[in-house]
Amino acid sequence: MTRTNVWIVGLATPVMIAMLLLFAGSPRVTANDQPSAANTEVKIDNFVFGPETITVAVGATVTWTNKDDIPHTTVSTDGVFKSKVMDTDEKFSHTFDKAGTYPYYCTIHPKMTGKVVVQ
Amino acid sequence: MPDKKPDLIDQKLQDLNNDGVDRRGFLKCMAWAGTGLVWTLSGGIPMSRAFAKGHDQTAAKGGDFTFVQISDSHIGFNKPANPDVTATLQTAINKINAMPHTPDFIIHTGDLSQLSKPSEFDTLDQVLKGASAKQIYFVPGEHDLLTDNGEQYLQRYGKGTKGSGWSSFDHKGVHFVGLVNVANLKAGGMGSLGHEQLEWLEDDLKGRSASTPIVLFAHIPLWTIYPDWGWGTDDSEQALSYVKRFGSVTVLNGHIHQIMQKIEGKVSFHTAMSTAFPQPAPGTAPSAGPMKVPADQLQRVLGITDVNYLVSGRSLAVVDSPLADSGSSASENGGPGRS
Repeated sequence: MTRTNVWIVGLATPVMIAMLLLFAGSPRVTANDQPSAANTEVKIDNFVFGPETITVAVGATVTWTNKDDIPHTTVSTDGVFKSKVMDTDEKFSHTFDKAGTYPYYCTIHPKMTGKVVVQ
Repeated sequence: MPDKKPDLIDQKLQDLNNDGVDRRGFLKCMAWAGTGLVWTLSGGIPMSRAFAKGHDQTAAKGGDFTFVQISDSHIGFNKPANPDVTATLQTAINKINAMPHTPDFIIHTGDLSQLSKPSEFDTLDQVLKGASAKQIYFVPGEHDLLTDNGEQYLQRYGKGTKGSGWSSFDHKGVHFVGLVNVANLKAGGMGSLGHEQLEWLEDDLKGRSASTPIVLFAHIPLWTIYPDWGWGTDDSEQALSYVKRFGSVTVLNGHIHQIMQKIEGKVSFHTAMSTAFPQPAPGTAPSAGPMKVPADQLQRVLGITDVNYLVSGRSLAVVDSPLADSGSSASENGGPGRS
């Protein structure tokens, strides 16, 4: 009996690890990963774009709101869109008409980066 | 000023190599406190003493001189961390004007404004006009280049500068270089000087005697303090390689709104307090945003930096003073103390 149990555990463990890895490897399933044609919000808080990656449907409008006491910008790395400087509570919106991946950053604090995936 | 005794410097450098001074132990004791600490660079050998009232009496002979660094005024900022940044800048100017010897000039290491608005620059100009020192040198912070690619900044504060606002000048034998590391920043990166400016710097320093004291100033620190918050300059290594041969190099920065210092060989790095609001120590808060302190504490964490240059020892003594008059004992004070 003991021997059988050990064998089962021995087999089960790698299977479980493999399953865990499989899940970890796939994108996290959150509301933001469901392409949405509706308007989508990104909050800038504590020098972070949240969520950092959002997935939207073609035609969706993304709105960024600065919740910090310090100004930020939202600027496409590839020159697709560029916000003005957003002071506290100011917003910037952009409508994505083409599928693709759009990396962006804050030109004032370039460590702040984010991504919009349009499907 | 003619370079009279380069051999003296060489001798001191040799002493440094023999390590008569225990620099490590010495640095360890260097606790910074609100009332400041003087450190002196003598031919590359750092020396320090607590900031005493009499420090100014040593200046003022021959070619000795004093200049003051102020930083991060953020005129236009009005959030809880400091609802009146114009008043605290005015306090800083009053403090400069009360110095026993009028400084030869003031260096502002950037973030003059919060949003690069003309009205903010106007207010700044109005306050600075009241300073005893009439000559003010500027380098921009990222907050000063938010519109028109920095055109407005250049028109107001960058006359006679190159590129995005870099320049150099000589004063009584000391060579000063103002660098810009806040323009054209790349996604994911920190501060950046860029190829063109680095070439210019190399050329600017070429041919100068190794005994010329060098002062580099820029907004973002030219040494990596905390990469996660972008507190460093990606290509500063290259800039610093050009000053390696000089006997005395002092690097003055702002941006992080707190005093930090490091001595690496003959190069002394120093960051100044803000005149507007403090920021948290690296990693002690979720972000580098403005830090709210009790109102009666605010003036202890804002301040100015005055720098004395003594010809006799070819030394630069850097003194940080908070805006608020605090007790005579540095060690008993709160402030952004660290060791």
